Amino acid sequence: MSETFLSLDAIIKRFSPSLSVGDQIAARLGAKVETRSVHAVDDVSLSILRGETLGLVGESGCGKSTLGRIAAGILPATSGTASLGGEAVMINGRKTTTEVQTVFQDPFASLDPRMPIGDIIAEGPITHNLITRSDAKSYVGGWLERVGLDAGFAERYPHQFSGGQRQRVAIARALAMQPQLLICDEPVASLDVSIQAQIINLFLKLRRELQITCLFISHDLSVVRHVSDRVAIMYLGRIVEIGETETVYSSPSHPYTRALLDSVPKLVLEDDALVELRPIVGEIPSPLDPPAGCSFNPRCPMARDRCIKEEPQLRAMGTGQQTACHFSD
Amino acid sequence: MSEPLLQVAGLSTQFHTQAGVVKAVSDVSFSLERGQILGLVGESGSGKSVTGFSLLGLVDPPGRIAEGSIRFDGQELVGMPQPDLRALRGKRIAMVFQDPMMTLNPVLSVGTQMTLAVRAHDKVSKQMARDRAVEALTRVGIPDAGHRLDAYPHQFSGGMRQRVAIAIAMIHSPDIIIADEPTTALDVSIQAQILHEMRELAKDSGTALIWISHDLATVSSLAERLLVMYAGTIVEEGPTARVLRNPRHPYTRGLLDSLPATAPPGQNLQQIPGSMPSLLALPPGCAFAPRCSFASEVCNGDVPYLVTGPSAFRCHHPIGEAK
Ligand SMILES: Nc1ncnc2c1ncn2[C@@H]1O[C@H](COP(=O)(O)OP(=O)(O)OP(=O)(O)O)[C@@H](O)[C@H]1O
Ligand SMILES: Nc1ncnc2c1ncn2[C@@H]1O[C@H](COP(=O)(O)OP(=O)(O)OP(=O)(O)O)[C@@H](O)[C@H]1O
Ligand code: SF4
Ligand SMILES: [Mg+2]
Ligand SMILES: [Mg+2]
Repeated sequence: MSETFLSLDAIIKRFSPSLSVGDQIAARLGAKVETRSVHAVDDVSLSILRGETLGLVGESGCGKSTLGRIAAGILPATSGTASLGGEAVMINGRKTTTEVQTVFQDPFASLDPRMPIGDIIAEGPITHNLITRSDAKSYVGGWLERVGLDAGFAERYPHQFSGGQRQRVAIARALAMQPQLLICDEPVASLDVSIQAQIINLFLKLRRELQITCLFISHDLSVVRHVSDRVAIMYLGRIVEIGETETVYSSPSHPYTRALLDSVPKLVLEDDALVELRPIVGEIPSPLDPPAGCSFNPRCPMARDRCIKEEPQLRAMGTGQQTACHFSD
Repeated sequence: MSEPLLQVAGLSTQFHTQAGVVKAVSDVSFSLERGQILGLVGESGSGKSVTGFSLLGLVDPPGRIAEGSIRFDGQELVGMPQPDLRALRGKRIAMVFQDPMMTLNPVLSVGTQMTLAVRAHDKVSKQMARDRAVEALTRVGIPDAGHRLDAYPHQFSGGMRQRVAIAIAMIHSPDIIIADEPTTALDVSIQAQILHEMRELAKDSGTALIWISHDLATVSSLAERLLVMYAGTIVEEGPTARVLRNPRHPYTRGLLDSLPATAPPGQNLQQIPGSMPSLLALPPGCAFAPRCSFASEVCNGDVPYLVTGPSAFRCHHPIGEAK
């Protein structure tokens, strides 16, 4: 059991603005052209054990998808390495393995509208010699049934399906590659609750059957709580807290995690209960110019001098998780 | 008792397309009192936005209001000439959209847009209009509003842009604001700020709010009354907490049970099988029947009528009333 499967080691990702020649000249002449780079992922190290699901949560732009794409071997890191069972997932800008596959948020954008879904699912396995062309039909049919669709749907095109069905197709396509690690980037974010529940149940079932390892990215705290063994909270390119899901949710130790959990609206079942909303003050700072010290300091109710000067590192808390805050315990 | 601020009765809005008639809104009735917050929930395509657009007279061909009445403060809005509707829109009934750029013009500064919005209905001096713009921006929590009037929408973050759109909607202290998923695209921390501000604004100014959302939790923290919409009809209506505590309609029950928070971590969630039927070809009886575990013969044949009480619902086999 508990052996490390995916390992992310000191991952840094910067996006530099792609300036036109004109912009470059203008910038040199002192015009206001954005020349700073985006600090999308800032020194992240973490590991996922074999068979485990790690949830990754955080607000828009904090770097979840960027980290997920680096782990999937489809985006090069600026520095640091992502490795699967000890082997780097990307070498010289090329993905080295089929063992990691991704399911994205928008099933419509990620499926080629001109291809019947049977071909969409069979394409990868045939290219990588997992199956032969003559096996394709029964192979695809098997996967369609596994994700709760009719094997006869293979001839249909993506637009003939509802959003939830398209997400099932996207899951079948990823799993047909027989990956060991599945990266799900907001797989239910665009779905209605009733359909979301169907897809979450499908995910739980397949995870049980295939014993697959998973990185589950979402901004929805309740979805992540439901599916993850451990959870990592990301803020402005960094992991600020990571630990067993129940520990983090029931005794969050980073002020950002606490504030985030407080901001989530809860179902109010009492008459005339005027729920107190406790919003986090201020907005997320620009990743072009992250604050010095702890990146949460401009919004943090606990911030003191040290938080502005010194960047906190992840360290073990009494409750078991790891937290990057000078003053948490 | 006096007439409510807004009384919608038997509203049906349809789109005549090549594929057939899309029954986007069918026989919708509800009322709204001054200063009240009403939540309208339902899944994608259930007709929430079209209901909102219908109230503002913003349904364009091939769509039209096929039937029904919308009475607003003593006037009938259905069939009202466009110039009269335009005089109400923005002044007495305003709308906030999910995407603030539906309200904001990218090439005009925020200050210019706001003074235009003021002067569209009130003949005041430019300076006075600017003063009101600053006041409105301050009210929605934009710090240093006076200095930000000359900024353009792209210089604001998504949350700030939505605040500007809300400030514009508030500028004439309208009787009603229809807010169509105004926080759906925003992060939870920003959403909580905006929910908080909207509630305060409604309380301070007496503006009634129709809050459209697909998120039950958000609506429950804001709205006094709840309308649950499915396939173009209101399937359940009542005081929010009561409806959520004791849903009578199987669809409302199903929505609540689908929420991840209701099942222990890692366990299967309750799910509603299938998906919403096409509005081009609604089933003959209850539109929810094909997905409903309570459905019987009568559900497939007869459209359920509205049963009224502490909460109202349309179902042949309602879930029992809790003590
Ligand atoms: N190709 C790119 N070029 C430049 N900047 C990028 C690129 N991709 C992402 N970024 C920036 O990197 C940061 C992190 O983006 P990322 O998409 O990883 O965030 P996220 O956490 O997935 O957000 P969301 O919840 O909105 O999906 C953001 O500031 C984003 O604008
Ligand atoms: N211009 C149009 N022509 C044809 N059909 C339309 C048009 N506008 C809306 N509809 C249809 O009306 C129905 C109701 O749409 P509406 O936008 O009100 O749904 P909604 O509840 O707001 O959904 P969402 O949560 O996705 O915003 C949908 O089936 C939609 O396809
Ligand atoms: S009328 Fe019948 S099918 Fe419709 S919700 Fe009620 S029980 Fe279900
Ligand atoms: Mg993302
Ligand atoms: Mg809508």
